[in-house]
Amino acid sequence: MLAAILYAIPFLMQGLLTTIVVSLLVVVLSTAIGGLMGIGLVYGPAPVRWLVRGFSDIVRGIPILVLIFFIYYGLPIAGLNLQPFSAAVLALTVFKSAQVIENVRGAIGSIPRGQMDAGKAVGLTFAQRLAYVIAPQAIRRFLPPWINGVTDAVKGSALVSLLGVTDLMHAMQQVIGRTYNALPLYVLGAIIYFVINYGLSALSRMLERRFSYIRE
Amino acid sequence: MSVLDPSSGTPLLRIRGLEKAYGQVTVLRGVDLDVAKGEVVTVIGPSGGGKTTLLRCVNFLETYDKGSIRIDGEEVGYQDGPRRAMRSERDLARMRAETGMVFQMFNLFPHLTAAENVMLGLVKVRRKPKAEARAIAEHWLRRVGLAEKLDRLPSELSGGQQQRVGIARAVAMDPKILLLDEITSALDPELVGEVLDVVLQLASEGMTMLVVTHEIGFARDVSNRVVFMADGLIAAAGPPRELFGGAIEVERLRAFLSRFGARV
Amino acid sequence: MGYHLNFNLIWRHFDKLWGGLVLSLELALVSIAIGIAIGLTLAVIHVSGGRIVRALIGAYVEFIRNVPLILLVYLVFYGLPTAVDISYDATTSFVATLSLYAGAYLVEVFRSGLDAVPRGLIDAGKAIGLTPWQRLVHVRLPTMLRITLPALSNTFISLFKDTSVASVIAVPELTYGAQWINFNTFRIAEVYLVVTSMYLATGYAILLALRALERRFVIGR
Repeated sequence: MLAAILYAIPFLMQGLLTTIVVSLLVVVLSTAIGGLMGIGLVYGPAPVRWLVRGFSDIVRGIPILVLIFFIYYGLPIAGLNLQPFSAAVLALTVFKSAQVIENVRGAIGSIPRGQMDAGKAVGLTFAQRLAYVIAPQAIRRFLPPWINGVTDAVKGSALVSLLGVTDLMHAMQQVIGRTYNALPLYVLGAIIYFVINYGLSALSRMLERRFSYIRE
Repeated sequence: MSVLDPSSGTPLLRIRGLEKAYGQVTVLRGVDLDVAKGEVVTVIGPSGGGKTTLLRCVNFLETYDKGSIRIDGEEVGYQDGPRRAMRSERDLARMRAETGMVFQMFNLFPHLTAAENVMLGLVKVRRKPKAEARAIAEHWLRRVGLAEKLDRLPSELSGGQQQRVGIARAVAMDPKILLLDEITSALDPELVGEVLDVVLQLASEGMTMLVVTHEIGFARDVSNRVVFMADGLIAAAGPPRELFGGAIEVERLRAFLSRFGARV
Repeated sequence: MGYHLNFNLIWRHFDKLWGGLVLSLELALVSIAIGIAIGLTLAVIHVSGGRIVRALIGAYVEFIRNVPLILLVYLVFYGLPTAVDISYDATTSFVATLSLYAGAYLVEVFRSGLDAVPRGLIDAGKAIGLTPWQRLVHVRLPTMLRITLPALSNTFISLFKDTSVASVIAVPELTYGAQWINFNTFRIAEVYLVVTSMYLATGYAILLALRALERRFVIGR
C-alpha cells in the first residue's frame, strides 16, 4: 500500500497544481465580476438590480455539475467552442460570482444607512463614500464568508474531472485505473482536499472572531 | 403670517414652497423659510410633522418634489433652469460640503478614530494635506472638549462624546450653515448638557444654524427665531419670547408645549 | 454553423428525464430524513457530551464539509467495498453518502439552533419543575425546530441540487437521464436546456412550498 501511495504522489501533485490553478482563476475572476454585480445589486438603478437578482437566483438554482455540462456542451450551439479547461473555469466562475454577489449584498446590507448619509453630509462623492466609508466596514463582514466560499471553488473544481481536465480528482482516478487500489488513494485525495479547505475555513473563523471583537 | 426675516437682505438659506411626498404620504406641503447669516433658527413640533425631512432636504439627503431651496443663491440638488435636472454627483458633493450636518444617531464612521472622522472630509473633499487636516481636527476636538480622545474609536467613547465628535466633524469643514437633527434625543439625559453647551458656544460665535430639537428650553435659549411645524407646514414662527410667551395663538402649539411640560 | 434546436428527440425520451426528476426528489427526501436523524442525535449528544465525544463529532463534521461531494461518492461506492466485505448498489451507496453529508451540515444547524433558544424559556421550564430531559423534549427541541426551519429548507434544496452528482456512479436520476439522452441522440444543447429548466422549476416550487410551510408554522405557534 505504501508503494502504491509513493507511486501515486507525483501524479497527484501534478493534479493538485491544476486544482489550485483552476480555483485561483475562479476566485479572482468571480470576485471581480461578482463584486461589481453585487455593488450594482445594492446601489444600481432598478433594471440593473433586476438583472443581477435574476442572474444570481437562476445560477444558484442550478446544480454546479449541470452548469458545467450546460456551458461545455451547450455553448458551442451559440458558436462558442471552449476547451474543457476554459469551460470548467467559466462555469465555476459563473457559479462563484453568484455567491460573491450575495456576500457583497450581505456585507453592505449590514452597514447602517446613516453611514451613507454621514458620508454625503461631509461632501464625499459616491465613489469616495464607497471607498472610504462603506468598503472599510463592509470588508469585515465580507471577508469571512468569502474565504469560506473559496472552499466551494476548491470543492467544485473536483467536478471538472468529468470534462477530462486532469485535476487532483482526475489524477486520482487515473492512478486507480492503473493500480486497482481504490481506497488508499481516495483517502489520500480526501486528506489533501481536507487540508486545503480546513485551512481556509479555519482562517475564515479566525477572521470572524477578530472582526467581531473589533466591532463592538 | 410671515416667517421671513425682514431685517436682512438676501438670506443665506431661502426655502420657498417646499413640497415632498413619500408615495401617498405627503410630508411637506409648501414650506417657506429664510435663515439669515449668523441666525439660529430652531424647528420644533410633533413627530411626523416634517422637521427632519425639511432638514434632510436642505442637505439633499432627500430629494424634494416641488419648490426651491437656495443656499447663498445656489439651488440645492437641482440644476438652475426650467428643467429640474439633478445635479451631478460631484456637484452634489461640493454643495453638501458647504453645509454641515449633525445626526441624531451620530453616524460616526466606526472604523475611524475621532480625529480621522473629522479629517476624512478635510482630506478627501477639501484636499488638505494630512498634517493640516490633523491640526484642524485637533483644534475642533479640543474645542468640543475631547483633546484627550483624539485617537479613540467611536466605540470607545460615550454617547455624548460621540456626538461632540459629530459636531466637530461638521464644523471643521467650515460650513456656511450647520444643520442639527435632534442631536440629543439618542443621549442619556445626563449627557445632553455637554452637547448643548457646545452648540450654545458655536451660536454665540455667529455660526448660522438650523436646528431640529425636542429640547424646548434649549430652543428658547439658543434661537433667534423658533419655527413650529406640524402636518408638513409651518404653523407658527417668531422670536422665542413671542412664540412661547403666548403672543401667537396656536392651539396645537399650546398642546404640544404642554406635553413637554413647558410653561406657555 | 447554423445549429437548429430540435426538441423532438428530447420529448420522445422525456420519460427518462421525468423518472430521473422523481428519483432525484426521492434521493433528496430520504437523505434529508436520515440526515435529520443523524444531525439531531449528534447535536443533542454534542451539547450534553464530554470532550472526546465532541471532538469526534467535530471531526466527522469537518471531514465531510471540507471534502468534495464527488470524492465522497466515489469513496463510498468504489473505495469502501474493497476494504470491507459489503456490497450495495449505486443508489443505496449514494443515499448513504448524501445522508452522511446532510447529517454533517445539519449537526451545525441544530447545534446553533439549540444555542439560540432563549435562556428565559429554559428558566421557565425549570420554574415549572421540568427535568432536564423534559426541558429538552418539550422546550428546547420544539423551539429550536422553529428557529432552524429556514435553514432546513435551504439544506433540502441544496441536497436536491446535489443529487446531480449521483450521475457519476450511474444512478438514474435527472442528470444521468440527461447524459443518457445526450449519448443516444446527440441533442446535447437541447437536453441541457430542458434539464436546467427542470432543476430550476422544481427547486423554485420546493422553495415556495417550504416558505409557505414556514409561515404556517410561525403563525400557528
